[in-house]
Order: sequence, then structure tokens, then C-alpha cells
Amino acid sequence: MTYRDAVAHAIAQEMARDPSVVFIGEDVGAAGGVFKATVGLLDRFGPTRVVDTPISEQAIIGAAMGAAMTGLRPIAEIMFSDFFAVCWDIVANEIAKARYMTNGQLALPLVIRSANGGGARFGAQHSQSVENWAMAIPGLKVVAPSTARDVAGLLAAAVRDPDPVLFFEQKSLYPSRGEVPDGEVVDELGRAAVVRRGSDATVVALAAMVPRALEAASLLCADGVEVTVVDLRSLVPLDVTTVAASVAETGHLVTVEENPRLCGWGAELASIIAEEHLFDLDGPIVRVTTPHVPLPAADALEDAAMPSVERIVEGVRRSLA
Amino acid sequence: MKELADLATSASHEAAPPPRDVRLRIYARMVEMRDFEKRAHDLFLQGLVKGTSHLGLGQEAIAAGFGAAMAPGDYTFATYRGHNHTLARGVAMAAVMAELMGRAGGLMAGKGGSMHLTTVGKRMMGSYAIVGAHLTIANGAAWSAKLRGTKDVVVCFFGDGATNIGAFHEALNLAAVWSLPVVFCCENNRYMEYTPISHVTAVEHPAADRAAAYGLSPVLVDGNDADATYAVAVAAIARARAGEGPSLVEAETYRHGGHSRADPGKYRPEEELQAWLSRDPIPRYRQRLVESGVDASTLEEIELSSARAVDEATQEAMASPPPDLFVVERDVWADGGSSWRR
Repeated sequence: MTYRDAVAHAIAQEMARDPSVVFIGEDVGAAGGVFKATVGLLDRFGPTRVVDTPISEQAIIGAAMGAAMTGLRPIAEIMFSDFFAVCWDIVANEIAKARYMTNGQLALPLVIRSANGGGARFGAQHSQSVENWAMAIPGLKVVAPSTARDVAGLLAAAVRDPDPVLFFEQKSLYPSRGEVPDGEVVDELGRAAVVRRGSDATVVALAAMVPRALEAASLLCADGVEVTVVDLRSLVPLDVTTVAASVAETGHLVTVEENPRLCGWGAELASIIAEEHLFDLDGPIVRVTTPHVPLPAADALEDAAMPSVERIVEGVRRSLA
Repeated sequence: MKELADLATSASHEAAPPPRDVRLRIYARMVEMRDFEKRAHDLFLQGLVKGTSHLGLGQEAIAAGFGAAMAPGDYTFATYRGHNHTLARGVAMAAVMAELMGRAGGLMAGKGGSMHLTTVGKRMMGSYAIVGAHLTIANGAAWSAKLRGTKDVVVCFFGDGATNIGAFHEALNLAAVWSLPVVFCCENNRYMEYTPISHVTAVEHPAADRAAAYGLSPVLVDGNDADATYAVAVAAIARARAGEGPSLVEAETYRHGGHSRADPGKYRPEEELQAWLSRDPIPRYRQRLVESGVDASTLEEIELSSARAVDEATQEAMASPPPDLFVVERDVWADGGSSWRR
């Protein structure tokens, strides 16, 4: 199954089991989504539960919030994660704070899915990795799967979660294929996965950076360097335990972040490891990120900006030097 | 504008006056709101209410008229100027006062404050402090009510300033397209914060003149006439409950004070202020009730009862201790905590 098909698969699984799950967004129904990730849902569940909206991101997210506080479990789509900027008030000021400000009176079980990240040559307004915008706001859970299997399991978990979840699908991964087990798939939010084991260094990656980290690990292996690759899968909750346990074994930490440099999730992770596990480290923590620039459109430029396999290899070597 | 004027006229005069018991409830509520807000203001001056607060003095007839027209299952969404709308749903005055004072006994244990009054149990779904945002959220509650097959209606109050923010347009359009059971009520008190709304708006009536853009009929009402606001509310809520879609009401009113605690409101011409003070909704309604044959003693009892209630609420709030500090890290998540890592 492709990463894209796993999206519709997970939404269908949750809509079939829970009549309170509804799905709204721009072009998500009749058109099946601009990335074709929601094909078939309108036919199967009808126009009451799968609803096309106007280009009104504030209205979409506000509708999801109001519905969630009154008994529904909405899934809303923001077509490109860059568009969070036009509805960030509802996300950051309203949704994230509602439970806290009301001393626990308001519950908001909702999911906002969005196509995130670069690699599609769409330029600076349709390619950003904004997961750390979300991570910076108390009250939002933040999930970013790297495989079709994880799309299925984590999206189901997000829908069942009692808190608001921002679910970032990396758009260049949509065509990627992977096994998704038959039957119901539901994961737990906040569990990282060790996707390769090696004793020399720990490479932590997220979403589209996971396959790149694995490719770098293969190249390093050919040179006799064995690295562990951790797929973080979720930024909030952040699985520090899994990362710290691996760093205790390897003594080296490298983060691979698609986001621009400043305040990327790797900075938070690096600070935690430095503060709490300094004496497990045998070398500097290295962050491999996109430079602090907007993403350019041309293929050669975008490829140069995003963390490449070569830069990941170089980062590991720098940590080990 | 003639059509709008006619509508306002029809709302206030063609509808039969509310029954006597409804009128007395509306009057009692308005008096409580007035007494509460005056007390809140006094407590500011004594330093017992901290932060900021936006009083609804002068605007009581809107919250009270709509409140009387709403069923217990209907939802309220209000703004940071939301004390009146909270009291209109029968929320305990002491808990509201304690919230303003940052006490443990506050509606939200001191975590929300004046601008975020919420009582889900009374379907007061929140006071929202980012102008315009809650119109979109009100839609969500209305959509949910519709999908769940309840007959509950949402009433969403907002100020004139909200009509110039994008969320207003997005929300009104979606409400109309989805035919949602929601009543949008613009409380046009003529000033967004400090600037007259007329100086920054392309049309005379910031809400009513825009209704046509959403296929809605303009509804303009005298917001200082509680019978008129009640009549408009009854009609709009009935329309929503019958599945006939949203309404956009513009209620013209005036705040007696400034925008917020920090604002003495000196930018308003004295003659304008005096003209509106002479249209104060409470003495005006009292006069009407007297003329309709209500005993002065009945009204006096309402007034005494309100004064007692505000005194008791103040005492109860002042007796409430400061919040326990552990709540700082409570209730970010459904598990009751605030942990972001494992």
C-alpha cells in the first residue's frame, strides 16, 4: 500500500468504527484530495460526513473545533501545511488553549492533517516543514509518520486520541510503498521506533528524513560504521526515553531535520540529551538541517537545501571525529 | 437604509410584547448584569480584580433579550466582553466574580480570567478574546448539533470590530452554505476599541449591510430595547431550530464606559455619550414595565434581590482562596497533566 492510500485507509477504518468521526477540507471529497490521499471516502461515507469546504482555512479549523467540543471527532485537512499560517489563530490561540483556560471543561478530540515538507519543487510557500511551529505551542500533539504502516497506525491513534493532534504527512512520501497489515492497525502516540541498530552512533530522523537516514546508514555500514536510526514518529509527546537509551549505547547523537535550522526539533532534543545525558556522549551532538532559508523551487536548489544522504554521512563522521 | 429601518421597526413594534413573566426575568437579569459590572469596576479600583476587563455596561438588553429567548440546550459563544452573556445563561455570579479576582473558586479556577468565561454545563461555550475567531467555532457547534440531529441552536455574540476581520467573512459564508442553526449577533456599540467603526468601515451598518453577501436578510434592531432584542432573538432562533439556516442580527447599542479597564473613553463626544445614556436600556425598560401595570414593589424587590446577590457573590468570591499553584501544570491534556515527553 502507498503512503497516500494509507491515509484514506486509516480514515475509513476510523469512520467505519465511530459514527462521530467526520472529515472536512478543501477538495477532499469529490476530488479525493489534491494528493489523492482521500479517494473513495465521499462515496463510502456520504456528503454528510465527508464535506468539501470553501477555501476558508479559519472556517475549516473553527468548524472542527466547535464540532469537537460538542461531541464529534472531526478530521480536518489543511491542504498544504504552509496554509496553517492563515488559520494559526484558531490552532494556536483557540484549540491549543481551550482545555487549559477552561480548567479542563472543554475537550477537543480532533485531528488536523496536512501535507508538509519539501521535495516536490513547489517553492517556498508550498514546501515548508512547519512541524516545529506546532511543537512550540503547548496543547498540541504533533505526529509525522515516515511509512505507510505508520500513517495507518498513527492516524488511527490520532483520531482516537482525546487531545488535538496535528498530523503531518510528508508530501514527497505519498507515492512510497510499504506493508500495512490486514485488519485494524492502531499505534500509540509518542513512541519512537528504532528502525536500524548499530553501535557507533544514533541518528534521529522524522518523516522523509527517515529513509534518507537509512540510506546514509547503509553507506556508513559499507565503511564499517554502524549506526542506529531512530524514527521519532511524534514530536509531542517526544520519546526521549528511546533516544537517550540509544545514545547511552552509542555515545553519539545526530539529528536529521527537514526544518530550517533555528528552533528545529533537534535543538530541543539536543538540549535534553546535553542536559540529562552529557556523560553518555563521546562526541559533539550534530544537527543536520535545512539551512535557515526559505525553500527554493528549482530541483537542484531544493536538493541542495534539504538534508541529503551525503550531509547525513558527513554529520555522523563529524560526531565520530 | 429605509429597508433596514423598517425591519428594526417591525422587530420592536409589530411583535407582541413578551409575556409578563418573561419581561420580569429580562428586567431582573439586566439589573443583575448592571450591578455585577458596577461591582466589578469597583473591585478593579480596589485592586482586587487584576489584569484587564471589558465591561458590558449599557449593553445589557442584548444579552438579556437573547438569553431569555434561548432554550437550555442552546449554545452561547461570546467575546472578551462576555460577563453579561455568561450571567444570561444562569451561571453563578460568585464563580464569575471569583474568576475575575483570580481565586480558586473561579469558574475556571483562575486559569481563564475575565476574557475567557466558560461554563460548559450551562452551554456557555466560551468567551473568546481574539476578535472574530469564535464565529468560526460557533459554526462548528452548529454543524455538530445538526449532524447529531439535535434541535439545539447556537448564538454567537461579537462586536462591530469583528465585522472587518477575515474570520467574519469565512464564518458567515460557511454558515450560509451549510445552512447551519446559528444566530450571529453583532453588538454594534459604535467603537471597535478607540476608533469609531464608521471611520474604518465601508458601509453604514457593519453587519446588517453585509448580510446580502451571504444571501441573508438584514436584521437591524435597537439593542437598547430588550423587548426588541427578545423579539428578534425569538424569530432568529426559531428559524435556526426549524432548519432554515443562520441569521445575522445587528443590535445597535453603546457601552457606557471605555473599551477596557485602561480606557476612560474620552474620545467619545460628550453629547453622543449623553444621548445614549438617556437611552439606557434599564431605566427605559423599567418605565415600560411600570406603564404596562407592573407594581413598583415588584420591581423594587427585583432590584433589592439583585443588590443582595451581588453583595453575597462578592463576599463569597473574596472568601475564596488563591488557586493552588499545582494547577499551573494541570489540564493541558485530557489525562489532566502537561507532560510532553516520555
